Amino acid sequence: MQKRLRIGVLFSRVRVEEKWIFSAMEKRGIDYERLDDRLVSFDLENPVPWREFDAVLERSISYLSGLYSLRMLNAFGVPTVNKVAVAEVCGDKLVTSAMLSRAGVPQPHNMTAFTPEAALEAIEVLGYPVVLKPMVGSWGRLLAKINDRDAAEAVLEHKATLGSVQHSVFYIQEYIKKPGRDIRAIVVGDRVLTAIYRKSEHWITNTARGGEGEICQITPEIEALCLRAVQAVGSGVLAVDLVEHPEKGLLVNEINHTMEFHTAQPISGVDIANEIVNYVVEVAKADV
Amino acid sequence: MNPVSCPECEAEISLEVTAEVGEIIVCPDCGVYLEVTLLDPAKVELAPMEQEDWGE
Repeated sequence: MQKRLRIGVLFSRVRVEEKWIFSAMEKRGIDYERLDDRLVSFDLENPVPWREFDAVLERSISYLSGLYSLRMLNAFGVPTVNKVAVAEVCGDKLVTSAMLSRAGVPQPHNMTAFTPEAALEAIEVLGYPVVLKPMVGSWGRLLAKINDRDAAEAVLEHKATLGSVQHSVFYIQEYIKKPGRDIRAIVVGDRVLTAIYRKSEHWITNTARGGEGEICQITPEIEALCLRAVQAVGSGVLAVDLVEHPEKGLLVNEINHTMEFHTAQPISGVDIANEIVNYVVEVAKADV
Repeated sequence: MNPVSCPECEAEISLEVTAEVGEIIVCPDCGVYLEVTLLDPAKVELAPMEQEDWGE
């Protein structure tokens, strides 16, 4: 008789995405457990309770809680979605850029420096305006568009003085005059499931910052670029954010490994939650 | 479902029948974010503040 699969879902909050995922699990009669990342602990000398899971889906809001959970689980031999190696790359924008660069995937011009003085020089190599981004974090927070040298000096000093030590690793990106939108594509395994435009009058088009969604046709170019991007970071359940550069064309801006899809699912009509569950089941069966 | 009282402003809030433990709701009176911590009987607490490493 075939063994019944047991799946863990690690989460911080039950957002609408988690509700959809739980519902998809229940519809399929999957034996799953909800694992609140504020309550779990890992005993390095006793991995047995965790090995009860055939796979764990990581949906933590906290990057560090999710990352270290994946690190523990993979060390215990428990398959996860995503793998820790993918989370390590995608959770850090600079590492993502480095991996995209290694794979030759087109991306915005990025530079990094470790002191305000070196960062100022790098900014002036790129030319104003530029965008300063935190390496870790999302929802469009702490992005700064720097229009001139005065602003650069002020923001760099503030980041170095007021921020945690991570904010002194400066991630500097060319400012792209995008057409009031970017593209988010949902990729599961080697399939681009759907894509939406995220539109906003503001230069930050993240839907967490008020950007609105609209369906985006998956062209062969978008599909090929997304697949190259996910291969560069290791595949899994990922959201690839693309920007349309007026001269360079489509560029990969970021890749998210615990993506939200509360806008993409209803707009596209694609049951993304169910596709994620299908993928987790494949991983649990060791098909992936 | 039993109504709950907002721990910030004491407004009486009725949870949706689809509410789940771990879900975040907004108090309709004072706007504070609340986390559903129990369903039967229903209970809410102030939701954790957003941390720097939160996101997708």
